[in-house]
Amino acid sequence: MVVNEVVLLRAGVYRDSVTLMRVSRALGELPGVGDAMAAMATPSNRELLAELGFAVPAEATPADLVVALRARDGDALDGARAAVDELLAERPPDPAFEVEPPPLTTASAAARGDATVALVSVPGPHVVPEAMDALAAGLNVMIFSDNVPVEQEVALKDAAARRGLIVMGPDCGTAVVGGVGLGFANVVRPGPVGVVAASGTGAQQVMCLLEEAGVGVRHVLGVGGRDLSPRVSGRSALAALAALDADPGTELIVLVSKPPAPRVAALVREAARRLDTPVVPAFPGGDDDLTGAVERVLRALGRAVPEWPRWEAPHGSPHGSPHGSPHGSPHGSPHGALRGLFAGGTLRDEAEAIAATALGDLAAGGHRLTDFGDDVYTRGRAHPMIDPALRLAALAREAADPGCGVLLLDVVLGHGADPDPAAALAPALAGALDARDGLAAVVSLCGTPGDPQDRDRQAVALRDAGAAVFASNAEAARHAAALVKGARDA
Amino acid sequence: MPDTPPLGGLLSREPVIVATGVDVLAEAVERQAAAVRRVAWRPPPPGAEHDLAAVLGDPGHAEADRRAVTRMLSARPHLVDVRPAREVLGLEPGAFLHAGPPIAWDRASGPLRGALVGAMLLEGLADTPERAERALAGGAAELEPCHGRGAVGPMAGVVGPSMWMLVVRDLEHGGTACCSLNEGLGKVLRYGAYGPEVIERLRWMGAVLGPLLRDAVRRHGPLDLVALMAQALQMGDELHNRNRAASALLLRELAPDLVAADAPREHVAEALRFVGGNEHFFLNAGMAAAKCAADAARDVPGSGLVVAMARNGTDFGIQVSGTGDRWFTGPAGVPDGLYLGSYGPADANPDIGDSAITETAGMGGFALAAAPAIVRFVGGRVPEAIAATRRMYEITMAEHPALRIPLLDFRGTPAGIDVTRVVRTGVLPVIDTGIAGRRAGVGQVGAGLVAPPPNVFADALRALARR
Repeated sequence: MVVNEVVLLRAGVYRDSVTLMRVSRALGELPGVGDAMAAMATPSNRELLAELGFAVPAEATPADLVVALRARDGDALDGARAAVDELLAERPPDPAFEVEPPPLTTASAAARGDATVALVSVPGPHVVPEAMDALAAGLNVMIFSDNVPVEQEVALKDAAARRGLIVMGPDCGTAVVGGVGLGFANVVRPGPVGVVAASGTGAQQVMCLLEEAGVGVRHVLGVGGRDLSPRVSGRSALAALAALDADPGTELIVLVSKPPAPRVAALVREAARRLDTPVVPAFPGGDDDLTGAVERVLRALGRAVPEWPRWEAPHGSPHGSPHGSPHGSPHGSPHGALRGLFAGGTLRDEAEAIAATALGDLAAGGHRLTDFGDDVYTRGRAHPMIDPALRLAALAREAADPGCGVLLLDVVLGHGADPDPAAALAPALAGALDARDGLAAVVSLCGTPGDPQDRDRQAVALRDAGAAVFASNAEAARHAAALVKGARDA
Repeated sequence: MPDTPPLGGLLSREPVIVATGVDVLAEAVERQAAAVRRVAWRPPPPGAEHDLAAVLGDPGHAEADRRAVTRMLSARPHLVDVRPAREVLGLEPGAFLHAGPPIAWDRASGPLRGALVGAMLLEGLADTPERAERALAGGAAELEPCHGRGAVGPMAGVVGPSMWMLVVRDLEHGGTACCSLNEGLGKVLRYGAYGPEVIERLRWMGAVLGPLLRDAVRRHGPLDLVALMAQALQMGDELHNRNRAASALLLRELAPDLVAADAPREHVAEALRFVGGNEHFFLNAGMAAAKCAADAARDVPGSGLVVAMARNGTDFGIQVSGTGDRWFTGPAGVPDGLYLGSYGPADANPDIGDSAITETAGMGGFALAAAPAIVRFVGGRVPEAIAATRRMYEITMAEHPALRIPLLDFRGTPAGIDVTRVVRTGVLPVIDTGIAGRRAGVGQVGAGLVAPPPNVFADALRALARR
């Protein structure tokens, strides 16, 4: 049998993980092409390629790019090979005299003008040079990258403090400054609330629910998921609280984090007490949830708490309308365990805490909630909010597992995220739900009507696929737990 | 202290964002109509990330670099004297200086061997080239890099005790640097030629030119070399492969004091004719000025500033401010350029000379955009020369305050090579160079551009990380 596959090695060629994902997708869509993966030859990508049955040349290093292709026949393979170079081509340099070449380092870019913040998203091991460049030039830094060692995080934050600047991150997914969203950020109106967030998706949930209630957000300062750990001890959170306190337009500050270590919690509480601006803590995962915290904010501002939007298919009908029956399920009563597939770590933690309250020992019941945005899933590849492939594969696995009764997923919209997540997710959900009776799907949809993806359009597409869709992650989790419980108690 | 807004105005100013990393995040910000400057980032070679994090994560690093490069660029090198090497450098008979990092006879290339043979003949330590070569092979001479004695030498850079040196003093920091007198082009010692005409010219330079220049320079008083170089740069010199304007300016400065000497008229006329006929006469003064500036930046703990780049015809070496006198070496490359007459790449010796001290101090290849007249000579077009200079801004710490390039709207030349930036970007310094013939005695065969071996920067970075 002729094997129509090849692994091409491009020594010393670098493209970022999102570009490579796009190239992989484009190659996979060519006629007759089966598997296609373009990736830097990092250990984790080598493993993925090995799982796909490709042999990566031994001499390939993490600085080399590999393209693995498998096709129906020789012609299709040749076609894909021919497309590789075009897809990988960089924009040609502009020969014009007066055009300055692009800066190659953060220092060089910072030297070209009065920037205020550097958005660093290079792979974790390469963060320190770029972040130090920015700080040395007087810029604040948002580090989107994860996989940065904690001692480097502490050193960077100390370097920032000496200069009166802030390091947002590492692993900071969301920030909003001066109305501009950095990383994953939703489109909201400007307003009186400032957010300090050790959780990107937590901040997004808060800003989306506030937007729904008609309350705007002025700044969101992310601080990174480890900032309130004993080791980092709130270095950036304290700087962010002080800066927002000094900002005349900020009337109330929401501090979003999973419950911090007691010593750090005390430190932050003490700092908050000294501020002129009231601080509302939102620590989901314990007794609190983000929706509840937003409701406290609204009450503190003297605003009404609205009914949070939900989109559920009416019983037996594939086409429903918002605010339908909370007990509707188009595919019969579910039976089996809860399986949560999340892109947002904090949304997962919140859902898990709520499910545990409702269902008791989750592990014993076969319930399992996974965060695909965790470091272990993102080493050498893009975040699941950009690249849905890993999560879609997990969805197919869970749907095929007879032990799974309820799927719970988050879909996070906004700048930076997948331009149309429902395009891939809705057919996958519909397929899974159609294939098996007794399987239900619940989606926590974090977005605003102003987001580039249009939250309401996404909601309708997911609802039409058979999922119950909620704007509040807490409500989605409660609904999912109730479905599992209903089946168990029946 | 002025009242600065919290976080540098992050919450009060219009945001301007530098985006380094995945394009999709930069695009997301651009779609919000915010000002974004994208960095064309690429990863450093595997393994370098640890050294980079160690060096750049050191809280004192940025300040160390700033101190080192400020010292380099604030140097005020002046030509103050002309004296024999035995006097000014304390060079003993039987000792010779050479270009580049340390090397012994057995590994020396053709041009370096040829120049040493010529120097033996000049110093009277041998009466034929064959005997000179045998004596050198037997270890009769002591070899030492110019750089170790506060000196620099173009091409082979061989200096014997009787050779006259330009003496340059840094009036800002007090350092002194020396360089030999330029012999002109063609069959010359520095390219490894040692024929009778070469030795005869050197004898004349020692007997007539040296003393005349000494008297003229002393009568003139300290001559500001940075001011002269700044003028020459705006007259189309890049001060390494093109020194036409600088040589004319130097002669214009010294001519009255040469003529005023109490010396036979025919000697003065010979000296004026020789200097005026040598478009590279200034090169050696420029090199000493660059050496003076670079030496002022030495030994700043933690700094990754390159303070010397030099080649001995076999090895390319660099020294870095934060790592003392240690050389980091790799194989010298063969220059890419144009060849004289029927010579070709097969005749070329690997890169040789201390003249890369000009690039170290922000001249030469780094100033190519100032010298459109020579870009074809080094095998390029004018936009490429401009691009080369612009590329050098990516690996340098500062812009030269005095050397300004008209074509770039009088921007200062890129100055102060940063080892960390070379490793991060993979951009190597552009070095203008002459090409020596590989056989001893042949002389110059061409000119062009050359790049250092990348490992020298990675090795220096590693050493800096381990300090």
